[in-house]
Amino acid sequence: MESAIDFHNVSFTVQDKQILKMITGTFFKGKITTLVGPSGAGKTTLLKLCNGLLSPSAGQISINQQAIEQYEPTALRKQVGMALQAAPMITGTVFENLALPRTLQGKQLTQREAISYLHDVGLDDRFLNRTAQELSGGQQQKISIARTLINQSSILLLDEITSALDPQSVHDIESLITRINQKYQVTIIWITHNLRQALSIGHYTWVMMDGRLVESGDSSLLNAPTNPAVAQFIQGVKA
Amino acid sequence: MTYTSLALTLIFVMIPLILSKTLKLELEKDTLIATLRSIIQLLAVGYILNFVFDAQSYLYIILMVALMISVATLNARKKGKGIQGITWKIAVTLCTVEIVTQGVLLGFHIIPATAQYIIPISGMLIGNAMVLSILFLNRFTAEITSHQHEIELILSLGGTPKQAIHRQLIHAIKASMIPTIESQKTIGLVQLPGMMSGQIIGGADPIQAVQFQLLIIFALLTTATLSSIMIGFLSYPSLFNERMQILQFKEL
Repeated sequence: MESAIDFHNVSFTVQDKQILKMITGTFFKGKITTLVGPSGAGKTTLLKLCNGLLSPSAGQISINQQAIEQYEPTALRKQVGMALQAAPMITGTVFENLALPRTLQGKQLTQREAISYLHDVGLDDRFLNRTAQELSGGQQQKISIARTLINQSSILLLDEITSALDPQSVHDIESLITRINQKYQVTIIWITHNLRQALSIGHYTWVMMDGRLVESGDSSLLNAPTNPAVAQFIQGVKA
Repeated sequence: MTYTSLALTLIFVMIPLILSKTLKLELEKDTLIATLRSIIQLLAVGYILNFVFDAQSYLYIILMVALMISVATLNARKKGKGIQGITWKIAVTLCTVEIVTQGVLLGFHIIPATAQYIIPISGMLIGNAMVLSILFLNRFTAEITSHQHEIELILSLGGTPKQAIHRQLIHAIKASMIPTIESQKTIGLVQLPGMMSGQIIGGADPIQAVQFQLLIIFALLTTATLSSIMIGFLSYPSLFNERMQILQFKEL
């Protein structure tokens, strides 16, 4: 199977603290891989390394078999899109937020396109001219997802994008991501604390603990982990 | 003013000392230090200016201006500790402000090219540029700290460092310039500016004093704009590395 992102002995250290320790593994092209693990395991740091917001302290990352440092940073970030957990909104309307990826490239987003993206994340036309900062956390998360889709990246990094959503919205977003994955063969890497989500949506799973990749493989591994620490973590999440 | 009259002005130092002691404000030591420093510094400057004015040498004028820029730079850089190379960035800004303003004033013969004019006007403009730099750096560092997620968002969407920091930069530039513009709106109505008051007390024609004050006010507008914009555009690239990643601000 073709790889989209390869990690080879990747470590990341900040202020003498090792956040990621010798990570080696592959995210496969066109597949959904979920990242699970306790808070502070280094999952968000790993996503930021894929998008070039951070660079590894040691080891090598390749995107589509090309070393990540060979990419021009802005080109890399358009190709590897990321929805941040905080779902930050810029000051302005929902439309201005949606148009941001295009504005940064000196291009325009039409109203029709903006409405279409809004519909994709389950929001109606009326949201378009509302002030983004006044929306609820869940609505902002939806706008953040829609905004990430606008660059039509071949790889999407999703950092706990459904954590602030109600069950119906979670279902809608899961359907949307699955649809994008199937229709455009977009590679998805999705951090989630929701084991049901990891099992039902993800083709593969990486379990991270204390900066290490402790177990990886088919998502079904979450039903029968071989590592005792992983088994304990999963028991804890289920409880 | 006689020395007796000057000595009598110490009454204005005694009043805060007595009040501080009575109300246990514990400001007596600071008040005394401030008073002593003012006397020593101003007397020293008085004698130095006397010497420079008598000498009428461009070398002494340049040395005096260089000293002003150095002291202002050292004072302002404390507020931008997190920004790499902030000392030379402030120094370059203050030098540019001085060259541009004096270039116009001397180039168009608005003021005579003598120490009596160049040094006091330079002092006012460099002092104002220093305050502006401090205001800008204060606001800029606060904006970056409170908008880390927004900066990261723009970078993550493929924006350049300049695009990522644009809003924070503009907010900080505007915020640092507002006091200068606002104070000029009420000038003469609320308070008489120091230089103008000094000239009037010294016996100068009030209209002549107003003309010089207007000169300073207009020059201050350029000073404010130039210093904020220059420090801003010189500073922001240091916040990113060559991979267009924002550096941890406190680590710088």
